[in-house]
Amino acid sequence: MSEGALYEVFVRPKRGLSHVHVGSLHAPDATMALRNARDLYTRRQEGVSVWVVAADDITASSPDEKDSFFDPAADKVYRHPTFYDVPEDVEYL
Amino acid sequence: MYGNDFGTDAEPLNAAEGGALDDVLQSATERRTTPGSFDDLIAREQRIEPRDDMPDDYRKTLIRQIAQHAHSEIIGMQPEGNWISRAPSLRRKAILMAKVQDEAGHGLYLYSAAETLGVDRSELLDKLHSGRQKYSSIFNYPTATWADVGAIGWLVDGAAIMNQVPLCRCSYGPYARAMIRVCKEESFHQRQGFEILWTLARGTDDQKAMAQDAADRWWWPALMMFGPPDTGEAAKGGGHTEQSMAWGIKRFSNDDLRQKFIDMTVPQAQKLGLTLPDPDLRWNEERGHWDFGAIDWDELWRVIKGDGPMNAARIAHRVTAHDDGAWVREAATAYAEKSAARTKGAVA
Repeated sequence: MSEGALYEVFVRPKRGLSHVHVGSLHAPDATMALRNARDLYTRRQEGVSVWVVAADDITASSPDEKDSFFDPAADKVYRHPTFYDVPEDVEYL
Repeated sequence: MYGNDFGTDAEPLNAAEGGALDDVLQSATERRTTPGSFDDLIAREQRIEPRDDMPDDYRKTLIRQIAQHAHSEIIGMQPEGNWISRAPSLRRKAILMAKVQDEAGHGLYLYSAAETLGVDRSELLDKLHSGRQKYSSIFNYPTATWADVGAIGWLVDGAAIMNQVPLCRCSYGPYARAMIRVCKEESFHQRQGFEILWTLARGTDDQKAMAQDAADRWWWPALMMFGPPDTGEAAKGGGHTEQSMAWGIKRFSNDDLRQKFIDMTVPQAQKLGLTLPDPDLRWNEERGHWDFGAIDWDELWRVIKGDGPMNAARIAHRVTAHDDGAWVREAATAYAEKSAARTKGAVA
C-alpha cells in the first residue's frame, strides 16, 4: 500500500486521564505515525501524550461471539453491592 | 457533499459490496427478531460499531457518504488555498493557513472513519481522481476576490455546520465521533469568514462592493449545498433521504436544514449590511420562517455532472498534487524499510 500501514491513535487529554482512542492514520513507520498523529489530532492542544499502535497488532474480541464471550458475567449478580439485603438502619455500608 | 448525500456513483464501491440480494434477505429477516441485532440497535438509538453485523446497503450508503464528505474536505482546500499567498495581512495569512490545514485534517478524520467499513483509503482517492466519486459541488465555483474567502467561511462553512451538527448523532459510531471533532473546529471557520466580511463591509466603498459581490455569487450555491428538495419534480434526482433517516444516518430533511440555514443567515446579512440576491426573500409571520425564491436546480445538476466553472481544474490540481507527492511517500517508505532492516540486523 502506497500510504503505509494503518496505525490507531490514542491521546491522553490531560494529566490524570487515560489515553483515549481518537482515530487512525497511515504512516510508513511508527515514528512518522507519531508525528502525523501530533499534527492531525492535537492541533489545538487536545493532548499531553500520544500513543500509536499498528492496527495489525491489535487483537480484538469479535462482535459475533459477543454473547458467549461476555455471558459468564451475566448471571453473577452477586458481584454487585445492590444484590445484598441488609437492614436499612446500618450506616456506612 | 459536506455531509449531505445524493447523486449516484457509477459502480459498486468495491468488490465486497456487489453481493446478491438473496444473500441479504435471509439475514435481514433474522435481524428483525434478534435483540442486539442491527435493527434492534437502530430502533433503540444505539450506535453501530465497525465490526457489527450491518446490511450491505447501510455499509454502502455510509461509505459513499463519508467518502464524498472526505473528498469535499480536501478539495475544499483549493478555493481558499488560492488566496494564502495573497492574504491582505500576516494575521489573515496565518488564520487562512490554519483553516486550510483544518480542512485537510477533516478529510483525514473522515477517510479514517470510512476505512472502518472495510474500504481502502487509496481506493477512495482513486475514485475521486477518476471522477467515480463526487465531492460537494460548491467547490466548483472560483474564488475571484479576497471577499470570497470571507463568503466561504460565512456561508459555505455555515451551511456545512447546519448539515454536520446532526451528523454528530449519526447511527454509525466512527462517523459520529469524527463529526464531533469536525464541528468543534468549524465554528472558528465560520466566525473568521464573518469577520472578514464585517471588516470589508465597514471599509471603503470598493471593499464594501467586493463583499456584496461575494455574497451575490455564493448565496445560491450555498443553498444548493443542502441537496435537492425532498418533494416535487426536482426531488427525483437520486436523493437518499428517506432510507438514510430510517437508518439514523440523517436526522433532518434537506428542506428543513435549508430553511434553518436561511432563517439563521438572513439576520446575519442584515447585520453585515449586505443584500442577499433574492427579491422574494421576506419574513412570513404565519410560518415563522423566511420565504425565499425558486432555486435553479438545473444549475446544481449541471455542476454535479461536471459542467461547473472549476470542475476540471479542481480534479487536475488534486491529481497533480497527488502525483507530485509520490516521491515523498516513496522516500518515507524506503527509509522505514531501511530502518527496519537495520534494527533486524542489529538484533541478529
